[in-house]
Amino acid sequence: MDKIWLIAQREYLTRVRKKSFLIMTLIAPLIMAGFIIVPLMLSQVSESKKVVAVADAGNIFAGELPNDPDNEIRYVAAASTNLETAKAAFRKSKNAALLYIPRYDVNNPVGFQIFARENLSLPMQVNMERMLNRKIEAARMRQAGLDKEVLDKIKADVDLQTVNLSDSGETASSTGITTMIAYVAAFLIYFFIFLYGVQIMRGVIEEKTNRIVEVMISSVKPFQLMMGKVMGIAAVGLTQLLLWIVLSTAVTTGLASVFGAEKVVAARTGQLNQATVDTDNSAAASAAVAPADAPAPKKLSGAAKFQQEFSKGLDGLNIPLILASFLFYFLGGYLFYGALFGAIGSAVDNETDSQQFMMPITMPLILTIVIAQSVIIRDPNGSVAFWMSMIPFTSPIAMMMRIPFGAVPVWQLLLSMGLLIAGFVFTIWLAGRIYRVGILMYGKKVNYRELSRWMFYKG
Amino acid sequence: MNHILQAIDVHKAYAAHVALNGVSLDIPERSIFGLLGPNGAGKTSLIRIITQITGADSGEIRFRGERLNPSHIAQIGYLPEERGLYKKMRVGEQLLYLARLKGLSKADATQRIKQWIDRLGLRDWVEKNVEDLSKGMQQKVQFIATVLHEPSLIILDEPFSGFDPINANLIKDEILALRDQGATIIFSTHRMESVEELCDNIALINRSRKVLDGPVSQIKDTFKTNTYEVEGKGRLMVIHPDFEVLEHKERENGHFYDRIKLHHNTTPNDLLRYLIGNVEVHAFREQIPSINEIFIRRVQETMPETLETANALL
Repeated sequence: MDKIWLIAQREYLTRVRKKSFLIMTLIAPLIMAGFIIVPLMLSQVSESKKVVAVADAGNIFAGELPNDPDNEIRYVAAASTNLETAKAAFRKSKNAALLYIPRYDVNNPVGFQIFARENLSLPMQVNMERMLNRKIEAARMRQAGLDKEVLDKIKADVDLQTVNLSDSGETASSTGITTMIAYVAAFLIYFFIFLYGVQIMRGVIEEKTNRIVEVMISSVKPFQLMMGKVMGIAAVGLTQLLLWIVLSTAVTTGLASVFGAEKVVAARTGQLNQATVDTDNSAAASAAVAPADAPAPKKLSGAAKFQQEFSKGLDGLNIPLILASFLFYFLGGYLFYGALFGAIGSAVDNETDSQQFMMPITMPLILTIVIAQSVIIRDPNGSVAFWMSMIPFTSPIAMMMRIPFGAVPVWQLLLSMGLLIAGFVFTIWLAGRIYRVGILMYGKKVNYRELSRWMFYKG
Repeated sequence: MNHILQAIDVHKAYAAHVALNGVSLDIPERSIFGLLGPNGAGKTSLIRIITQITGADSGEIRFRGERLNPSHIAQIGYLPEERGLYKKMRVGEQLLYLARLKGLSKADATQRIKQWIDRLGLRDWVEKNVEDLSKGMQQKVQFIATVLHEPSLIILDEPFSGFDPINANLIKDEILALRDQGATIIFSTHRMESVEELCDNIALINRSRKVLDGPVSQIKDTFKTNTYEVEGKGRLMVIHPDFEVLEHKERENGHFYDRIKLHHNTTPNDLLRYLIGNVEVHAFREQIPSINEIFIRRVQETMPETLETANALL
């Protein structure tokens, strides 16, 4: 055990002290910050509102110019309601467009015109058309004797609030937030297994090509050497994850103070998962998560609504369970696959030869992440989700997709964890058998039959 | 005589071939032991069993009378044929790491590293990465790593093949010093002449079997052929039933070179007396077979069918 600890220590320190580790650790949050900053900057650049002059000869607005709900257009009164005079004034002005409302018949509104120097964008045109339609509809209703206020009362706007019914009672939840957390957790595990599994493989190959391996295994058992490496690299991964969380929190906070918290959060959540940000939420919540209060009786909109949903969403989730199981599947999945990557490294002389053995390892991983995104996310408690969250090859990712949605029965969770533990004990044992023969084998092209023979070699 | 290591009827087979076929060895304490034989004879397999990298299929290894077990690892130092170090690690850290894996405490290891570093002139390189060192210096580092934990049994596989002549001599002296301090050294090599004068005992291995072992002096005695080389001046005409001329060369100015074999319990003095009566003797010496020659003769006697391959490999 001492020796495993010594080996893990060396693996950890040499990797953490590498320049590439430092660069990766610093750059990843910056790249993430870049993903946030660039869209923000772009949105600020295009944010200058288009000024549209309105020559309201038909008196559709009755002197009260409309506000654009999308905040893209600012309406101003034209110099005159007379078209020719207004046009002349428009030519001299810097306004983007001139909207001309003729005297019109409510039942047959024709003759509305827009004058612009360049072609207007389609959204802007649609925007103005919709605004005019509403005005005319309102006028027609008045004509038909309907009161606008009555109509507004009739209009319905339903938001479904998700409530999970389980043995522990009712918990309000938010599908958006849950989905986001499921995605983030599953993808982190996926990347971690890949990035650090390959690092184990490279480390083993490096020891082989450096020819240090024979010196090493005259002091330690091959199994100790492999386990030390697997554990040391796991610690590197956890360190990097932790630093990323700390750094990106710092960067986001820094950005928030520059650009304003609401936009940063909006941009961030928008990236993490578009599903969480529906069109109403384009101006989303502030960073601070307010304690959840009782569901507001009145309809909320925009930022407040998102904020409430976010806090309510978090409130409805079993955060300790999610964190604990994330850590478990994060490490379990890594150990399961990491040992196999180590075995591959021992069987080949250089990285190019490793391709043929990588295939069977990477396939289940890629398959899981694909199926997780399409099938499991839609039906987290279906039979595909169930089986995939049991099989150790797929369970680390599949189970993390399910857990945030709750309602994973305890027996399933325990069975899945038990199987994963049994799984990585088995892969580590298997890898150890291959490893101890492989690391002393040079210049031999190995195939699967050869590998299977190694497993039954006597010590 | 105490034995530090005994191998008793060791067998080891791999999928395709037999590496060791009933090999038994006795290696005395405080000696230099040569494990000799052509490439592929089974030397490295035997060493890997002694260093517990692999296990024997059958047979037993005893270390100071005990059955070999993991507690002996700390008492064995091994320099493999394939040399290697972590290239991106500093010299000092690397030595510390390897020493601690052998069970040394950090304080002990640090102190011994300092001594060895000074002794082999590596002081200025301790903080450098191994890859920045010349090959000769890397070899010194590797040697230090082998002996740092003061093992009582040091196994050197092809010890001089990687070293340049200056380093080889340096290492030779260090090895002799270690032997004098009480360590036992095993040399394993296919270049028999390179260790001949260093070894006290040898074992010859060919085709997974031991063909010969024992103290070098005794082996040489056994394989002596009672043949003497004579150089001198005059006309040498040997007509004597006890002396057989194997080779006769005439040289300029009446000089000659002869190889003469003695028969019927005659002594070299008898030959000398006979020669002095006939010619002027300039040189007279016994022809002693080299280990190489002994090996070939032994293989010829015991396994004539493998001679060709053995010769080709030597």
